[in-house]
Amino acid sequence: MRNRVYLDYNATAPVRPEARAAVEAALDRVGNPSSVHGFGRAARKIVEDAREAVAAMAGASPAEVVFTSGASEANAQALKACGRSRVLVSAVEHASVLDAVPDALRIPVNSEGLVDLDALDAMLAIDKTPAVVAVMLVNNETGVVQPVAKASAVAKRHGALMLCDAVQGAGKIEIDFKSLGADMMSFSAHKLAGPQGSGALIVSDQIEIDALIQGGGQERGRRGGTENTPGIAGFGAAAEIALGRRDHARIRGLRDRMEREALARVPEARIFGAGAPRIGNTTCIAIPGRPASTQVMSLDLEGIAVSAGAACSSGKVKTSHVLDAMGVGPDWSDHAIRVSLGWATSEADIDRFLDIWTAMAKQPVAA
Amino acid sequence: MTSTQTNRPIYLDHHASTPTDPRVLEAMLPYFSEHFGNPHSIQHVIGRTAAEAVERARAQVAALISADVREVVFTSGATESNNIAIKGAAWFAREHQGKDHIVTAVSEHKCVLESCARLEREGFRVTYLPVDRDCQVDLDALADAIEEKTILVSLMAAQNEVGSLAPIEAIGAITRERGVLFHTDAAQAVGKMPLDVNAANIDLMSISGHKIYGPKGVGVLYVRRRPRARLEPLFDGGGQERGIRSGTVAPALVVGIGEACAVAGEGMAEENARLSELRGRMWRRIETALPDTMLNGSLEHRLAANLNLSFPRTDGTALIEALSEDVCVSSGSACTSGAVESSYVLRAMGLSDAEAGSSLRIGLGRGTTEHEIDAAADRIIAEVVRLRATPAKGAAE
Repeated sequence: MRNRVYLDYNATAPVRPEARAAVEAALDRVGNPSSVHGFGRAARKIVEDAREAVAAMAGASPAEVVFTSGASEANAQALKACGRSRVLVSAVEHASVLDAVPDALRIPVNSEGLVDLDALDAMLAIDKTPAVVAVMLVNNETGVVQPVAKASAVAKRHGALMLCDAVQGAGKIEIDFKSLGADMMSFSAHKLAGPQGSGALIVSDQIEIDALIQGGGQERGRRGGTENTPGIAGFGAAAEIALGRRDHARIRGLRDRMEREALARVPEARIFGAGAPRIGNTTCIAIPGRPASTQVMSLDLEGIAVSAGAACSSGKVKTSHVLDAMGVGPDWSDHAIRVSLGWATSEADIDRFLDIWTAMAKQPVAA
Repeated sequence: MTSTQTNRPIYLDHHASTPTDPRVLEAMLPYFSEHFGNPHSIQHVIGRTAAEAVERARAQVAALISADVREVVFTSGATESNNIAIKGAAWFAREHQGKDHIVTAVSEHKCVLESCARLEREGFRVTYLPVDRDCQVDLDALADAIEEKTILVSLMAAQNEVGSLAPIEAIGAITRERGVLFHTDAAQAVGKMPLDVNAANIDLMSISGHKIYGPKGVGVLYVRRRPRARLEPLFDGGGQERGIRSGTVAPALVVGIGEACAVAGEGMAEENARLSELRGRMWRRIETALPDTMLNGSLEHRLAANLNLSFPRTDGTALIEALSEDVCVSSGSACTSGAVESSYVLRAMGLSDAEAGSSLRIGLGRGTTEHEIDAAADRIIAEVVRLRATPAKGAAE
C-alpha cells in the first residue's frame, strides 16, 4: 500500500487490525464448532460471541443472525427461500439481488436514485400474490441512502416481506433492523473491514426461512456447512468497531472536502445522487468526454485505485444500471467513476487523488 | 506441531476439522493485510494482485487432482459444493433433458442426503443404495439402479465416519458407460489418497479446506469440462467462477486451500504409511486390552487415519464425555450441532442401535504422535473399563 492510494472501499475494505487479529487467533485453533469436545466448544464460543456483536451492530437479536459465506449468498437465500413467488426489487439493487430470481419486477427510482414509493405501492396493489420486496439501505455506486423504513411500511401494508441489503451501510451509518422494519437484512464482512468469505442474513424471528444450502443442521437449520470460524470471528470484531461509529465523521469530512475541491477545480464535473441523503464515504463523479475506463486506467498508473461502478466478475466496464435507472444518459454515465473512502484514508490520500484527477481532467481530450 | 505438550488434550477428531497447517497460515496472512484487494476489481493493481493469487491457488488445486484449472470452482465449503453439484445438476437436467432421478447411498454425508431430500420435495426421485457391513455399495445394485431418467450418481470417495474407501474407478466406469454424471463428495479423501478425476471418470467432486489442514469457509467444486457437466447455479449475481458460483471470491481463503493442496501432495505416501502404522498400533493396543472391541468397517479399504470402534456394554456418549478433557474423539459426524444420536451410518452397515451407540470415531492427523496414540489408547481403555464397572443408567443394554 506504500505510495498507493486506495479509494475503492465499496469493492472491498482493507481488513481492520482488530479484525485481522481475531481472524488470525481463530485460524490458529483447531475445532469444529459442532463438535462436543473442548476444542469444539471453544470454536462454538467464538461463533456465538461474534453472533452477538453482529446482532448488536444490526439492532437484531443474536438468534436472528444466520452466518453465510457472504452477502451474495445471503441475498439469494432471502429472495429464493422466503417462500414468496412474487419478487419486487429496486432498479438500483446489487447484482446479487437483481439476478437472484429471474423475472423479478423492478421498482423505479427517481433522478436522485431514490426508490419510488408510490410505484412500489401501486405494484403491490395490482397483484395480491404474496410478495417479497428488496430495497437496499445504501447504493454501492452512488452512496444514496434509501428510505427503507418507508418502503418497509408500504410492503407491510400489502403483506409483503421486506429484504434490506445493508452491505454498504454497515460500518458507515447506524443500522437498526427493528426500526427499519425489514424482515430480512444482509451483510458482508469484507465491506466493513472484516475478512472476505463471511457474511450474514438477519432473519426476523417473526418469519420462517428455508435453507439455501442444506447440510448438517447448522445455523438452526437455516444454513448447512461447518461455520467459517475465523471469518466469523473477524466479522464480529469488525461489527464491534462499526457499532462504535469510529471514523464516520472524519471520513465524511474528507469526502466532502474532496467533492468541494473537485468541483472547484473542474466545474464541468458532475456528482450523482448529491441531492439525496448520501453516505459519507462515496462519490460517483463524471468528467464529460472522458470514458470511465480511461480514467480508471490513468489513475491506476499513478497508483490510485478507484472503480467504474461495481466490481463485476469480468472486470469489464459496463454502463451502470444504477445511473441508467436514475435517467442519466450514457454520455454522462459512461464517464462516471466511483471513489469510495474508508478507515485508512488520509488527508494526503485525498490531496494526491485530487491532484492526479484534476491533471487528468485538464488534459486535452484525445480525438 | 500442536500436540506434543502434555497438558493439552490429544486431538483425534481430524475428520471433523484439522488444524491449519503453519505453511498454509503463512501463505494466507498477507491476503488479510497488504494484499486485501477484491479479485474482481482488476481495473487496479490491488485487485489484480488478489486475482493473480486466486489463479495460482486454482492451479495448485487442479494439480492435486489432475484437473484443468478451468474445472476448479471455489465455494464456501464442501457442503455448498455438494449442494451445487447435486441440486445444480438435477435442476439443469430436469429443465433441459426432462430427467428426474438421482442415485446415492444411505451412508452419505448429511448434506448430500439433505440435498436429495430437498430434491424429493421438488418432485425428483432418489434411489438410496444400501451398504454392507464394510460400508460399501454393491456395484451391481448401482448399475441396476441407473435408469433412463437418471441424472447423476452421488457416492462419496471416503466415508466420514468409518473411513471406507469407495471403488471410485469402478463406479466411474459404470457411470461413464451409462451416460450419467458421477459426483463424489471427496471431502475426506482429497489430500489423503491419490485422486485423479480423469482416471476415475469423475464429473463433479467436492473438496473442503478445513478437512485438509486448510481454512474453514472455503471449498472447491470440480466441474468436468469434457464432456461438460452442466449445472444450474445455486445462486446468481456477479457471475463469478464461470457463473457457477457468484459472490466475491475470498483470496485469503482460496490461497489457503491452494496451499493446503500443495502441502498435501508432498509426501502423501509417507504420511499415509506413518498414519497407518499409528492406527494399527492403536487398534492392537485396544484390542489386546479389550478383546470384545468391534472394528467397524474393513481395515483393507480404509483411510489410513481412521479407526471406528464399538465397545459392547459401554455408552458411547458417556465415554466421549469422560474422555473429553484429555482425548478429543467423536461418536460420528460433527454436524447436527452436538445432537448426539447413534450413527445412521453404522446402523446402515447393520450394527444394532446398542452397537452403534457404543462407538467412537477416531481420526488421526498430521500432528499425531506415537506418544499420543499410546496415551489416548490407554485413556480409552481405562474409561471403558471404568464405565463398564459403574452401574450407570447410561450403560447400553
